[in-house]
Amino acid sequence: MKPPVFKYRRAGTVEEALSALAEYGGEAKILAGGQSLVPMMNFRLVRPAVLVDINPVQELDYIRVEDGWLRVGARTRQRSLEKSAEVRQNCPLLAEAVKWIGHPQIRNRGTVGGSLVHGDPSAELILVAMLLDAQFIIQGKGKSRTAGPGDFFKDFLTTAVNEDEILAEVSYPMAPPRSGYGFRELCIRHGDFAIVAAAVQLTVDERGRCSEAWVAVAGAGPKPLRIRGAEEALVGSDGSSRVLDAAAARVPEEVDPISDLKGSEAYRREMARVFVRRALEDAWSMVKER
Amino acid sequence: MNMRDVVTVRLRVNGVQYERVVEPRLLLSDFLRESLGLTGTHVGCEHGICGCCTVMVDGLTVRSCLMFAVQSDGAEVKTIEGLAEEGKLHPLQDAFGEHHALQCGFCTPGMLFTALEVLRENPRPTDREIREGIAGTICRCTGYHHIVEAIKAAAQRMAQEPK
Repeated sequence: MKPPVFKYRRAGTVEEALSALAEYGGEAKILAGGQSLVPMMNFRLVRPAVLVDINPVQELDYIRVEDGWLRVGARTRQRSLEKSAEVRQNCPLLAEAVKWIGHPQIRNRGTVGGSLVHGDPSAELILVAMLLDAQFIIQGKGKSRTAGPGDFFKDFLTTAVNEDEILAEVSYPMAPPRSGYGFRELCIRHGDFAIVAAAVQLTVDERGRCSEAWVAVAGAGPKPLRIRGAEEALVGSDGSSRVLDAAAARVPEEVDPISDLKGSEAYRREMARVFVRRALEDAWSMVKER
Repeated sequence: MNMRDVVTVRLRVNGVQYERVVEPRLLLSDFLRESLGLTGTHVGCEHGICGCCTVMVDGLTVRSCLMFAVQSDGAEVKTIEGLAEEGKLHPLQDAFGEHHALQCGFCTPGMLFTALEVLRENPRPTDREIREGIAGTICRCTGYHHIVEAIKAAAQRMAQEPK
């Protein structure tokens, strides 16, 4: 349970990190909060020859609101997100989801970008990014590119960030007016990996009818999924419990879970429905109060 | 061996300045125990599940098995050896003793730092908040009841103490 030998490079800026990545080719890996990478190294599941430590990169540690977007630097600690008044005000769903990431000791070190690039399909931050169509800025040497979640998350533990690039920023659209959200997670103890998690956001028009709906599920496929059938069932509806039932009933057919020690495929399919239903209830009662 | 990279780490642990030359792969937990001889930090799972190795780095709890010693260069680290001040136990340490919250004692160092952070952020937690707050530290004696009682008692005592 000790990590294998590696060469250590400390980067103080994005430029230094990119230079180190270029120097070592595919041999180097970025070390951010280390809350997923270090356990994998301790188990020797991964053996990077070089680690480029971006913890000192201050320029990627920020949370700011600009043009209707909440912009978060990739090196921002998850704990900073959790405690940020700007996040609570402008993207309360994100603030709620962060509390479900591991434990305080993990969020004190874990970074926003680290969780996103690691690409675990049960990760809360990925679920929210998928739900809200977050935008990613990927920085390479002398060039940067943007991607939406559909392009960013490729597969299980696989993202669009190449070996010579780093994730610089993720931005979330601010919660629209007259909106409500729900975030529900099934896990054995608070802080454990999610067996399934559901996130939803709804908006209503002046007449109190649902004008837009976002529904997504994590832990029920190789990456979090938008549940389009559920969204269609909600838009234009009055949010009655019959409608919420019908929307949640669309979940099992749209997810693609696996069986493992924590639950069978059938159990996950059913729990995805149940947890979407509960999240819809939360979101709708919130929107009714507005 | 001589081909391996080494790095110099300079940091303060419990107010004492140290400097050591180590391999980059040395975990902070092993650095504290083996390079500095501070064996109060216990090592359980070594992959960030059990929470036994929790210490404070720059005032925040971290799992010392998920950090390389080189990353604590320039940091202020507090381990269980530094929790008592001037020979006087911390109110949490007193309460753990009085409420039989140590049991086998293995998780105690990590549990104390976890509890310290819980109380710092929420000085009057409910039972539920305590249980959620310490969920990241596993007691394999499974006697959480005593631990929750001790944290509640310490919270009361700390609220009365002049700061």
